[in-house]
Amino acid sequence: MSKTLLMKGNEALAEAAIIAGCRHYFAYPITPQNEIPAYLSRRMPEVGGTFLQAESELAAISMVLGAAAGGVRTMTSSSSPGMALKQEGISYIAGSELPCVLVNVMRGGPGLGAIAGAQGDYFQATRGGGNGDYRTIVLAPGSAQELADFTIDAFDLADEYRIPVLILADGYIGQMSEPVVLPEPTGKTFKKPWALTGAKGRSKNIIASMKLIPDTALEEHNLHLQEKYDLISENVRRIETYHTDDAEWLIVAYGTAARIARKAVDRLRAEGVKAGLFRPLSLWPFPDRELYELARNAGKVLTVEMSLGQLVEDVKLSVNGAVEVDLYGRAGGAVPALDDIIERIKSYERENHTHVQAS
Amino acid sequence: MSAKTIPMYKRPEGLTDVRTHYCAGCGHGIVHKLIAEALEELEVLDRTILIAPVGCAVLAYNYIEVDGLEAAHGRAPAVATGLKRALPDRMVISYQGDGDLLAIGTGETIHAANRGEDITVIFVNNAVYGMTGGQMAPTTLEGQKTLTSPYGRNPADVGFPIRACEVLDTLESPVYIERTSVHNPASVRKTKKAILKALKYQKDGLGYSFVEILSMCPTNWGVEPVTGAEWVKDAMMPWFTLKKFRDRPEEKKEEKQAS
Repeated sequence: MSKTLLMKGNEALAEAAIIAGCRHYFAYPITPQNEIPAYLSRRMPEVGGTFLQAESELAAISMVLGAAAGGVRTMTSSSSPGMALKQEGISYIAGSELPCVLVNVMRGGPGLGAIAGAQGDYFQATRGGGNGDYRTIVLAPGSAQELADFTIDAFDLADEYRIPVLILADGYIGQMSEPVVLPEPTGKTFKKPWALTGAKGRSKNIIASMKLIPDTALEEHNLHLQEKYDLISENVRRIETYHTDDAEWLIVAYGTAARIARKAVDRLRAEGVKAGLFRPLSLWPFPDRELYELARNAGKVLTVEMSLGQLVEDVKLSVNGAVEVDLYGRAGGAVPALDDIIERIKSYERENHTHVQAS
Repeated sequence: MSAKTIPMYKRPEGLTDVRTHYCAGCGHGIVHKLIAEALEELEVLDRTILIAPVGCAVLAYNYIEVDGLEAAHGRAPAVATGLKRALPDRMVISYQGDGDLLAIGTGETIHAANRGEDITVIFVNNAVYGMTGGQMAPTTLEGQKTLTSPYGRNPADVGFPIRACEVLDTLESPVYIERTSVHNPASVRKTKKAILKALKYQKDGLGYSFVEILSMCPTNWGVEPVTGAEWVKDAMMPWFTLKKFRDRPEEKKEEKQAS
């Protein structure tokens, strides 16, 4: 029987990784994700797993590459500046088609920034900070419960598609204590005949992102990756909607910003404004068709994000000019204020704009 | 005379029957062969994974008949760490060059050694960046001219060549550290023994073993292959002393039993 626990989001994620069968975790300390390595440094020995504090983020992601190549479920976590360092390895892992789970508990930037939660790594997460044409699946939890649930999902997606799956959280969700019902393991198993286990009874396996021969090998590899990404784009489209059926205002937000936006929808509706929330749970693939339909029905769109114009680019790409899109962004660890969201929408209503400004 | 042929020498089972991309007089092919022979002798070809570096040996996995893995430049010891932790009963070799091991991967090198990871690092030191066309390496000798030290390496400006074995010998964990060379047949035989020993220790689970091999790069040194071999002896060996720095399997066995 599942019982409700009070857990920090980071700890819920860490325990979920254990539940998902992850026994190899490598990371380097950085705030605000420190609860994850602290938790797993205690838990991994209890379940016969490996916790290793790496000498750097570069090393940690490389250890993940090595463990993934061995065919085991493996994970690393970090926060924004540390995630920047991991991009080298993420590109190699994507090119080598290895499965793993990555966690970014975002903080404010650029540079060292500050340790409060933020969403300034949206571009880094969805466009890829590493070199080359590659994608990672990006999931955006909004609570401790979802940190746990999405982690279970992430390991299955990683194995199914042989791709790095990034859980993009922020310092608020990671550090807040909330009720959590720990998820059950899915029980899905994946064969890994490609794993490097030693060439016993088979020809040797080679895992490498480099493709030199023939001259066309690298383009063919990229086209193969693209086919996989197209497949994922069809199969992994995750959204949550709230009061969108009759909405005349559609707020688009994810993570912590979406929690505030949801409250704004309630308040606006209480005051007679038909608002709704579109919350992408997968940031890549971005649920563009779904957003397009709902945005067109609503006619007015406000993007709320804890960054200054990152999510809004995907929103605009999704609506493709059919609807104009406004942006309310906060940065550097600041959280969108409930009253500000409400006032922004109501000010348009008062002035009877036919459409909102493009940001 | 009997028509029976007695094979005196054959290609090791662990060496793929293909032409390598290495230049004439390069030492990588020799080192590959020695690794292949050692793996065959230890009967571990079917449970070994070779990690190829970024550098001239980037395609090493095409030449040695074991599972092969790529690592980003300098990260091979970290990749090896992850793989070995995932599969502790497999043999993991991190094959690296001088830029990989001592410049971009210094951190990974030191820390994998310091943790005593149960891996074998084969370090081919030819005092130059080969694949990128002959730039200055961390092991480029004082006064040595390269593409990026056209006036000769000046220690006052860029420091002295780093001695990997001596640096690693300051750490407690490694079980075995030796520097050898492949500039003549006698040295090749000694290198074979060193590689065999390093891999045997890994097979026995004794921890981190490190073999540095002084090797030739006539192409980027701008000399004939024969001169390249002489240059290893005359220019490299005075600075990079051939020596067994560490060999303590008994101590490691005791530690292993105690833990």
